[in-house]
Amino acid sequence: MEGFLPWYWCVFWFVLSLPVVAYGVIQIKKVTEKHPESKPLLAVSGAFVFILSSLKLPSVTGSCSHPTGTGLGAVLFGPAIASVLGAIVLVFQAILLAHGGLTTLGANIFSMGIVGPVIAWLVYKGVKKAGMSSLLGVFLAASLADLMTYVTTAIQLSLAFPIPTFTAAFSNFIWIFAITQIPLAIAEGLLTVVIFDYIMKLRPDILENLNVIIPKVKEKVQAVV
Amino acid sequence: MDSKYYIVLLALVVIITILPLSLYSGLGEDEGFFGGADGAAGEAVEETGYEPWFSSLWEPPSGEIESLLFAVQAAIGAIIIGYVLGYYQGQAKSRRRELEEHEKIAESSK
Repeated sequence: MEGFLPWYWCVFWFVLSLPVVAYGVIQIKKVTEKHPESKPLLAVSGAFVFILSSLKLPSVTGSCSHPTGTGLGAVLFGPAIASVLGAIVLVFQAILLAHGGLTTLGANIFSMGIVGPVIAWLVYKGVKKAGMSSLLGVFLAASLADLMTYVTTAIQLSLAFPIPTFTAAFSNFIWIFAITQIPLAIAEGLLTVVIFDYIMKLRPDILENLNVIIPKVKEKVQAVV
Repeated sequence: MDSKYYIVLLALVVIITILPLSLYSGLGEDEGFFGGADGAAGEAVEETGYEPWFSSLWEPPSGEIESLLFAVQAAIGAIIIGYVLGYYQGQAKSRRRELEEHEKIAESSK
């Protein structure tokens, strides 16, 4: 979508996105200093975004789109760090694949690297707080992050091209993006559950250190209290 | 979650992917199917009379090169995930083995 946003919108989304990415870089430094054992999981989260965003899948609407993969990183490390992971992949795709674009990078980081991960993180925390299973939380977090990324893209395009009106443009773009995305979002949720559960089985200690899951013992204590 | 359920979840992902292919079986790009959603959005934008003011610095010269680069991207991700999770799996196994040996020694010394 290179050059598809008027320049002032490009600037606008860059101004919103860059501080978050910068904050994410600081957060990465902090978390890898405090929990050096979490570095491999950071690599896995980034790799997960790499894989999922390279898979252009067919959808029931008859067009293709790709999942984002940012939900995992957001649940494990929080939205700011996930936005750095998203930004890396977006730069890779913009330079090497002519996919996404450099002028639209700010807008894409905002939708895929910020809105998606923030939604994932809020949904996961909310589900945990409600006392439901972390796997359900991961599923909803990853699916909704995926879906909301594309809803954001639809909003961004409707803001830039409110022709004839914002609502009319939005109903057009939302159909193109979000409806196509629904089955892919479910697929992404399922994949994220599998990898999260596997990590939880092998290294629950790291997830406990990162405050993603509550240690079993503490859970009992909390239940008593 | 028992790892046998992984198969069920992964099978669901495969079904979600195959369903549209069978739904529109026989239809292809020429009939307007299975193009990218971003391409469709680009067309919708161009219909408003807007012309993109910047084009990519470099574009993959053909579909083959593009799919090569997408495959490389997926491969990089897959190598990293396989390496880390494989390493963890090995660690978990040796931890279990050590624990069993400790128990054996504890029993035999009784």
